[in-house]
Amino acid sequence: MSAVTMGGDFGTEKPVDRAPSHRDTVPVGNINEVPLGGNTHSKPGAEVAAEPAKEKKMEKATTPPLQATGSPFGEKLGGLGRAILPPALGMMVLIGIWYIATMKGGSIPGPVQTWDAAAALFADPFYRNGPNDQGIGWNVLASLQRVGIGFGFAALVGIPLGFILGRSAFLSAMVNPIISLLRPVSPLAWLPIGLLVFKKADPAATYTIFICSIWPMIMNTAQGVQRVPQDYLNVARVLALSEWKVVTKILFPAVLPYMLTGIRLSIGTAWLVIVAAEMLTGGVGIGFWVWDEWNNLKVEHIIIAIFVIGIVGLILEQSLILLAKKLTKESS
Amino acid sequence: MEKFVQIEKVGQTFDTKKGKFVALRDIDLTIRKGEFIALIGHSGCGKSTLLNLIAGLTLPTTGVLLLEDREIAGPGPERGVVFQNHSLLPWLTCFENVYLAVERVFGAKEGKAKLKERTAAAISLVGLDHASAKYPHEISGGMKQRVGIARALSMEPKVLLMDEPFGALDALTRAKLQDELMRICEATKATTVMVTHDVDEAVLLSDRIVMMTNGPAATIGEILEVKLPRPRERLILAHDPAYIDYRAAVLEFLYEKQAHVEKMAA
Repeated sequence: MSAVTMGGDFGTEKPVDRAPSHRDTVPVGNINEVPLGGNTHSKPGAEVAAEPAKEKKMEKATTPPLQATGSPFGEKLGGLGRAILPPALGMMVLIGIWYIATMKGGSIPGPVQTWDAAAALFADPFYRNGPNDQGIGWNVLASLQRVGIGFGFAALVGIPLGFILGRSAFLSAMVNPIISLLRPVSPLAWLPIGLLVFKKADPAATYTIFICSIWPMIMNTAQGVQRVPQDYLNVARVLALSEWKVVTKILFPAVLPYMLTGIRLSIGTAWLVIVAAEMLTGGVGIGFWVWDEWNNLKVEHIIIAIFVIGIVGLILEQSLILLAKKLTKESS
Repeated sequence: MEKFVQIEKVGQTFDTKKGKFVALRDIDLTIRKGEFIALIGHSGCGKSTLLNLIAGLTLPTTGVLLLEDREIAGPGPERGVVFQNHSLLPWLTCFENVYLAVERVFGAKEGKAKLKERTAAAISLVGLDHASAKYPHEISGGMKQRVGIARALSMEPKVLLMDEPFGALDALTRAKLQDELMRICEATKATTVMVTHDVDEAVLLSDRIVMMTNGPAATIGEILEVKLPRPRERLILAHDPAYIDYRAAVLEFLYEKQAHVEKMAA
């Protein structure tokens, strides 16, 4: 079952990824698409673009054939269909399998039951009945807050450390073995240490996030620094720029894409780890909530939680990809 | 003869996986103030290696390089470099790219307004006022190279070093920039060393052409003094017998005396 889900997920992810780029190209292509309706229309189309003054006259000339042929519009619809249809179909197949598998009853609820439970749950996501019974909204927010704090500290420590390691071969040789040793360790193995040091569950979970986020941040930043084109560094050497200028004017902008990759990887791992950490520490949080609902044997809530965790993770990842695109576009 | 740049018994050896590789040996060259020198030779002859030595980006294995009787021990803004591939920082506008250099050299002594003035003047000098606010990816290759030249000149370097600055440009743009460079060098009296593999470029621009033998272990083969009067006009020179003779001399060196380049490479 899980394998099918995975396959389905990948199937949906890719076209969704491409969809924006398709849409990006459509407006540009539109000018070209007008001629597609027929060679006779291509000239007015080109003139509209070239001479805005004649726009009104030309609009009258160009719009009727556009509607008459309808082929560009149809193509656009087709493009949209190609972008949406496969993921929608994948989702339907997944739900279909789920439905068939749970049709005979049993411990796992079917899609309909889950939908009903979700409707009830999301009718009031922000309620509070004591510390152990809060709406799903609060739980998600609590988890996000932990991820935010742990991740923020990791960035604060990891990015400068990555810069230093990238700049100094000696320090890099000194620290790299330690990183290689610690990186494969599951962040949860650090949880008892966190509990011991902080004496509280909440900072211990945050600390776990810190530990798991910091490695990709250090490694990617350091790698970015090492891969800064020699040309740029030669410019810095010829100008004899101060180390501060080298960092702010050359290294930082050049490393930014690598750093953003590190951040994206970190936040993905952090979101994976927080669920497990919260299951162990308890309190408020989506991970704890899953475990709580398991104790209450509300399996449909667990399935809902799986979807919620997936969707939040997807949003985190996509917004960082978007941010990376925006920042690198500005800087390149 | 005033000795401005002195290169004495310079050799450069690189450590490679296959052992030591001798790139340059026994280079002796003295450059006068205000002189335009072209370094020419087949690819792999160490022209760029020699230029990097003058820039201080690499240090010689043997021998010594002096600028105004002081040893060149590292790169510095008194030796402006125009890189082969322009090397503009893509996240800065043309203005900011030049400003970075200006600020470094004059920032300690001058106010911001004066620094901006200097930057604008350098960009003006290469005729790019209109593109000053643009990013490198928004302008053509020739314009990028001009910004690179503006950046190097803005530092008012003692020596301007150019590593095949026009190599990647089309012939028409190259000719235009050569003319511009001649005008700029005339105006600023800059001492210039330019690496090139273009014979016409070398004859048109230089006071002396330093022709290098083939690598490995390359050295200076011949030095040709170009005694054409300035300002030089490419159209007039094209029919000038002296120009044609100089051109022939360089070609002869490259294609007869150093013709075995293919065998060496293979």
